[in-house]
Order: sequence, then C-alpha cells, then structure tokens
Amino acid sequence: MKYKSVFDIIGPIMVGPSSSHTAGAARIGRVARKLFGKEPKRAKITFYGSFAKTYQGHGSDVATVAGILDFDTSDLRLKNSLLIAEKAGMEVDLTTSEVLTEHPNTARIKLSDDQESIEVVGVSIGGGKIEVLEINGFALQLGFDSPTMLVLHEDRFGMIAAVAKILTQHKINVGLMEVSRHDRGARALMAIETDAPVSAEVLEEIRQIPYVFDVSLLSLN
Amino acid sequence: MFRNVAELVELAESQGKKISEVMIEAEMEVSQRSRDAIMQDMYANLDVMEKAVRRGLTEDIRSHSGLTGGDAKKLQEYMKNKTFLSGPTLLNAVSMSVAVNEVNAAMGTIVATPTAGACGIVPGTLFAVSDKLQPTRDEMVNYLFTAGAIGYCIANNAFISGAAGGCQAEVGSATAMAAAAIVEIAGGTPEESAQAVAIALKNMLGLVCDPVAGLVEVPCVKRNAMGAAIATVAADMAMAGIKSVIPTDEVIEAMYRIGCAMPTTLKETAQGGLAATQTGRQIEAKIFGVRMEK
Repeated sequence: MKYKSVFDIIGPIMVGPSSSHTAGAARIGRVARKLFGKEPKRAKITFYGSFAKTYQGHGSDVATVAGILDFDTSDLRLKNSLLIAEKAGMEVDLTTSEVLTEHPNTARIKLSDDQESIEVVGVSIGGGKIEVLEINGFALQLGFDSPTMLVLHEDRFGMIAAVAKILTQHKINVGLMEVSRHDRGARALMAIETDAPVSAEVLEEIRQIPYVFDVSLLSLN
Repeated sequence: MFRNVAELVELAESQGKKISEVMIEAEMEVSQRSRDAIMQDMYANLDVMEKAVRRGLTEDIRSHSGLTGGDAKKLQEYMKNKTFLSGPTLLNAVSMSVAVNEVNAAMGTIVATPTAGACGIVPGTLFAVSDKLQPTRDEMVNYLFTAGAIGYCIANNAFISGAAGGCQAEVGSATAMAAAAIVEIAGGTPEESAQAVAIALKNMLGLVCDPVAGLVEVPCVKRNAMGAAIATVAADMAMAGIKSVIPTDEVIEAMYRIGCAMPTTLKETAQGGLAATQTGRQIEAKIFGVRMEK
C-alpha cells in the first residue's frame, strides 16, 4: 500500500497550484535541508522529466528553494523564496536535464557550505507525496511519512543487530527499514522508520555504538 | 485495514458504522494517534477549505498568468440576478468548486484533495450541500474522512495524479470521493456511497490531462466545476437506488488500465489535447516566450 494515511488523500495544506510540482517539490527540498541540518550557502538543483518541462508554470523552482529554506508546503513565504534566499546570501543554481529518469518528476539537490555537502535525489509521486531515492549516493526508497532515523556506519557484521537491540530495550517497534552501502566493507546507511518516537537519549545511545559515524532523525511534520 | 471499496463497505455495513467512522478507526490504528489528534488535523483542513471557498467567492482572484479567476463570482451573481435552470445546490457546488480551484491557480492556500489540481471538488460540494442540509461541524469533518476513504482505495489500487493516470485519475478521483461523501452526509448508506463512486468515476473514464502551457488552470478550473456537478448528480442517482452494473472496484481497475494505456502526451506534459491546440500553443508562447519544440 503506497498510501497509508487519510491525510495523504485529504492534505497537505499547501500553497498552490500543483500538489506534485509545488508541494512535492517543496518537500523534496525540505528533506535535503533537514539532512543538511543547517542553512546551506549553495544549492544546486537539477530538474528532470516533467519537473524540467513545466517547473516555471508550477513554481517548482520557487517551491524547492522554499523547502531548502525549511518552509512548510503551506508557508505563504513560499512564493517569495527566491528573493528570501538571495537576501540570506544563498547561491541558487537551477538547471534542467534531458536525461531520462524512471519517474517523471525527479529532482536532484546538492546543498553545501564551506565545510560539507549533501546530495539528495527525490521524486514527487502525486498528491504531495514524495520518495527519496538517493542520499549521498546511497540508493534507498524512503517516503518520510513518519519520523525516520538515519544511521551512517561502517559496513560490517552486527551493525543492524546493535541498533535493533537498543530500539528493543526502549520498546520501539521498527515499521520500515532500508539498508544501503557504497561497497562491501565501505560506508553504509541504515534508514529506520519507527512507530514510537525516538528520543534524543536513544539517538545518543546509538551514536555510541562502535563503527557508527553519525545518527540523525528526520521528520517532515 | 480495508484494501478496496468492497472491503470498506463490508466493514461499515457489518458493524453498522458509517464509512467515515471506519476511516477514523483505521487511521487511529495505522498512525497510533488518538481520535482527538486525528479529528483536530481534519478540522484544520476544513478551516483552510472554508477560507478558500470564501476567498474565491468574494475576492477578485486572478492567477499570475491571467488565464483564470473571477468565474466563481460570476456564477454567484448570475444565480442572484437571473432565472437559472439547474438547482441552487448544484450551481453552488460548481461555483464553490471553481472558487477553490481559482484560489489554487493564484498560488493561494488550499488543501490537496487528493491533489491541488482537483482541490475544488471536495470542498465545493461540501459547502454547497451543507448550505442545504445544515450539518454539524462534526458531520462536515466526517465528510472529509469519507472522501478520504474512497481516495485511499483509488490511490492504492490505481492512481490519483494527472501525471500518472490522466485527469480521470485526478479530477475523476476527487469527483468519486465527493460523490461518496455527499451520500453519507445526506443520510445514504455505505453501499449507496459505493454506487455513487462507480457512477461518478465511470463518467470520468478516459479524461486526459492536457493543461495549457503546463499550468494548473486551463482546463483544470472548469473540470473542477463539472466534477462537482457530476458528484452531486451521481450521489442523487445512487440514493434513488440506481446501481452500477460494473462493481465499483472494477470501475477503479478500468480507470487504472485506461491510465496505463494513455500516451504520455496526454498525462500532464502539456504536449497533447487542449495544450496542443492552436490557441493553447499561442498562450504558451505568450507566457513563456516561444520555447521547446514538441
């Protein structure tokens, strides 16, 4: 079942005109921003497919930048995001690509400042729902319907069990889990959607597991 | 949880519940949230819808492109000053549905139901029918849960966006959702709601998504208008006891197969249909400058 909640159908509350091209674009931008964790200095956006063809009419560019500014789909500042980004000193570079992608509405977003960068590929699948298909080269398929924990770690035995053990101790049920790695033994990314909220203490416990590099919790709501 | 309309109706009728109640209980289970929290979120949606309807009926709405706006008000004035043929509830539903979609085109705030392109039909019919039936605020929120339950079935068994399945998937879904919800708020049975879905969606089958210049304006606003009309009439037909020969879930399946067979030129790419007419092309060139060979 792709759609899980009645609010996927009745919602989101959003600034028009298109749920897939405006609200969906804003949400992809916001996922990238949340993953980056701060306001970036530079945002490089590439649109593919229908995004590339119709972004001007739908305000997909404005919406994506609004998401990168951490605005919600219903935030009235969405319309003026390009100006707001410029005032904040954020460099926005938008290009379109003719490359064929599997999904018609695909966006690749690279955010960076002087210290670090992150690259996210997201698709807008309709009604404002999105899926993230790639984070820093890790192939995944995440809807971010509920709070999602991302654990960056070394690819070695026992990592999943170690994380699962801590969740078990805190009686947190895993709703959905995805693992992805660059190469065997290289860096790997674990994405976990949980039923119960994950507290800062639990995140810290997981961060203390040997061979875990980073832990973050991403929530779109 | 129900997977299709037949299971939804079976759950409702076997427990003597309304479709909205089945949806609320399913949402509580899936989200692990309280009834109160879920109701509050839906109340927030209702409030946004009400504001959008009012804005569209009273303000001078104009989209950035200038292609749409002002038609909702025109209909209201016509109804006030002239003898009109179709009933006041029907024309109100049409006018309010246009109002919300005009607000959307002008980058105003709306609720996607199930999408922004089709955001007029559910609230438009709700507020028009409410003028006539005077439901409680809770009953109005339930209307949205019933509409949501039908949309949930369609989304999971077919599609709800024009890019994926054409306008039949987008305005068609919204029309079917509204038809079922009208039946419930008017006191009809869950089975009658399902019949209304089938009758409404049948009349949307094959509808292509061909927005002029790629904008959610032409013909979207007027498709929202007629979606509201079809939803209202389909609800009346179902409550009169008229049944669809093809079962509801099979109509949804047919919509899915038609959508899959539809060429991409007719799925929101602005490459076919009305978008590719001489006037459609002229408008596109005027708005964006001459661009893109198609």
